[in-house]
Amino acid sequence: MSNKGVDKSKRQFLTSALTVVGTVGSGYLAVPFLAQMQPSVKAMAAGAPVEVDISKIEDGQLIRVAWRGKPVWVLNRQPEVLATLKTLDSELRDPASNESIQPPSSKNAGRSMRPEIFVAVGLCTHLGCSPTFRPEIAPVDLGEKWHGGFFCPCHGSWFDLAGRVYRGVPAPTNLEIPPYRYISDTRIMIGESSEEKSA
Amino acid sequence: MKPSRLTECGNWVLNRFPVTKFWNDHMAQYYAPKNFNIWYFFGSLALLVLVNQILTGILLTMNYKPDAKLAFDSVEYIMRDVPWGWLVRYMHSTGASAFFIVIYLHMFRALLYGSFKHPRELIWIFGMLLFVALMAEAFMGYLLPWGQMSFWGAQVIISLFSAIPVIGDDLSLWIRGDYVIADATLNRFFAFHVIAVPLVLVMLVFMHLVALHEVGSNNPDGIEIKASKDPWGHPIDGIPFHPYYTVKDLVGVGVFLLFFATVIFYMPEMGGYFLEHANFIPADPMKTPEHIAPVWYFTPFYSILRAIPDKFAGVIGMGGSIVVLFLMPWLDRCKVKSIRYRGGIFKKALFLFVVSFLALGYLGTQPVTPIATTMARLFTTIYFGFFLLMPIYTRWEKTKPVPRRLTKVKSLEDQLHEIEEQIPAFIEEITEVKPNLTEIGHPAFKGAFFNRRPNPQGIAHVLSRVATKLKRSLD
Repeated sequence: MSNKGVDKSKRQFLTSALTVVGTVGSGYLAVPFLAQMQPSVKAMAAGAPVEVDISKIEDGQLIRVAWRGKPVWVLNRQPEVLATLKTLDSELRDPASNESIQPPSSKNAGRSMRPEIFVAVGLCTHLGCSPTFRPEIAPVDLGEKWHGGFFCPCHGSWFDLAGRVYRGVPAPTNLEIPPYRYISDTRIMIGESSEEKSA
Repeated sequence: MKPSRLTECGNWVLNRFPVTKFWNDHMAQYYAPKNFNIWYFFGSLALLVLVNQILTGILLTMNYKPDAKLAFDSVEYIMRDVPWGWLVRYMHSTGASAFFIVIYLHMFRALLYGSFKHPRELIWIFGMLLFVALMAEAFMGYLLPWGQMSFWGAQVIISLFSAIPVIGDDLSLWIRGDYVIADATLNRFFAFHVIAVPLVLVMLVFMHLVALHEVGSNNPDGIEIKASKDPWGHPIDGIPFHPYYTVKDLVGVGVFLLFFATVIFYMPEMGGYFLEHANFIPADPMKTPEHIAPVWYFTPFYSILRAIPDKFAGVIGMGGSIVVLFLMPWLDRCKVKSIRYRGGIFKKALFLFVVSFLALGYLGTQPVTPIATTMARLFTTIYFGFFLLMPIYTRWEKTKPVPRRLTKVKSLEDQLHEIEEQIPAFIEEITEVKPNLTEIGHPAFKGAFFNRRPNPQGIAHVLSRVATKLKRSLD
C-alpha cells in the first residue's frame, strides 16, 4: 500500500482527538467504578452511640464494648495507677497528647473525663491490632521497665494505662480516645461528646 | 492414497487454528539447554500448583459463602458435610504453602545462575510481578475462612496502607469498604481472590513464558546456548523441550506429589504453619489473639516491618524489601551469570542473604522480645546490605573463566557410587579399635561395629577437611 499523497496531518488529528476523548471517557467511567468500593451508605450509618453501665466495673477491671465495630475499653483505674502515670513522662513519645486523637475533655494528664474511668478505642495506632491489657508491674516477659499498661502482641508497641505510647516502639501516637459523655454518675454514652451535647 | 476421514478432520482444524505451530514453537522445537539440574523443576511445578489452586478453588466456591455471618461456618461445612470437601480444602490450603515453597526455590535458582541478567531482565520483572500478585492472592484468600488470624492479619496488612502520608487513611478505608474489617471487606476480597487476581496471574504466567521462549532458557553454566549452533540452526547444547524435559519434569511432578500428598493426608496444618491454630476460632473484632503471626511465607517481610521502630519507615522497609528484588538485574554488575564461575565475595554475600532470609522468616513466627527485635534488625541490615551494596562488591568480584560450551557434571548416580566407595575408609578414619577388647562369644558381636569406638582425633580431622573444602568452595 502506498502512502503517497496522503494527508498525514488529518490522520494525526483524528488519532489525537480520539485518544483525548477516549481518555476523558475512561476517566469518567473510572469514577463510579472506583467510588463503588467506598463504604456504603449503610456502613456509614451504622455508627450509633453505645450506652455503658460503669457502676459494676471493679477496681482495676477492664471491660470491652463494641462501638462502630471497634473494641472500646472502659478501665477503672486505682489511685496508685494514677500516681504511676505521672512518673512516666520522660519515657513517652507524646506525654501531653499533642499529636494524638482525643476529645478536648480528655486532653489531660490521665486522658479521661474522670481520672479513674479511662475510655479508649482498643486498637493500636500502629497497625490496628487490639493490645493486651497487662496491668501487672515488671512481668517476666516484658521486663523491669514495665509499669503496667497495654502491650500490642503484634508488633510490640507499649502503652501506659492512659493509652500513651512509649518511645522506641512502632506505634506513632497515643491510643485514640472516642468521644463520650456521662449521662449519669454510673452511665456513659460512647460515641457522643459532652461538647456536642452542650453546644 | 486418499487421506482418512480423521486426517481430513484434523487438517480442517489445522488450516484454521495453528495448533501444530504452537506445539512446535513451545514444546517439540523449543530448544532448552541439556544440562538442567534439580533447580529447574520448580518452574513447571509452579504451573502444576497454579492448576491445582484453580481447580480446587473453583470447587470450594461451590460451597463457600462470602458473608461475615456465614463464612466461618461454611468452611466448617465444607470440612465436615460436603463429600470429599476436606480433601479439596486441604489441597487448596496446602497448595498455597506449596506454591510459595516452589516459587522461593524458583527465585533462588535465578539468583544462583544469574537467570535475571541480560537478556532475561523482563522475564525476571514478570516473575516478580507474579510473586507480588501471588502474595496479594494468598493474603486475600487467607481472609475468607473468617477466623481470628484471617481477621487480624487483614486488619494489620490493610492498616499498612494507612501509614502512607496524606492519602493513607482514605486509601485504607476505600480498600476495606468500611471503617473496620467487615462484611464488605470479606465480600470484595472474595471477588478479588476468585476472579480478579487469578486472571492477572494467568496473564502474567503467559507473559513470563512468552518472554522466556523468546530469549531462551538460562542454565547452570550461565552461558548462552544460542551462541553455538549446528548447521540446521539449532543450538548444539540444546535439546527439544518435548520429549526430553516433559519427561524429566514428570519425574519432578511425581516426587513433588509424594510430598504434597503426605502433607495433605498426614499434616495438613503443618503444626500451625500452613493453617494457624488461631484461625480455628471465628473472627472476633473485640480481641486480638495473644500471638499473631502471618502465615510462614510472609514472615520474612513481616519481620522487617516489626524490626523498624517507626510506622511509616516500617512500611517503607517492608515494601522496599520486595522492590529491591525488582532491581536485581541492574544491581548486579558482574557479567558472569552462574555461581559456578562467580567470585567468592558473591557466594559469601548470597550465603549471608539466604541465612538472613531464613532467620527473618523464623523470627517473624515468634513473639516480640527485645532479643528477637535486635536479631531482626541485624538480619534486616544484612538483607538490605546484600542488595544495596551489590553494585559495589560485584564490581570487585574475581570471576573464574567461563567455558564456551556447557560442561558435563557428574550424574547423581556416579556421585552416589563415589560416596559409597568412600564409606569404609571414612569409618576407618573416624573410629579406632577399642584397646582392651573383652571377648564376647556371640557371633553378632564380632562385627566391626562393636569392636570400634569413635576416634576424636579422626573426627576432628574430617571436620577440618570439610571446613576447608567448604571454605574453598566459597572462594
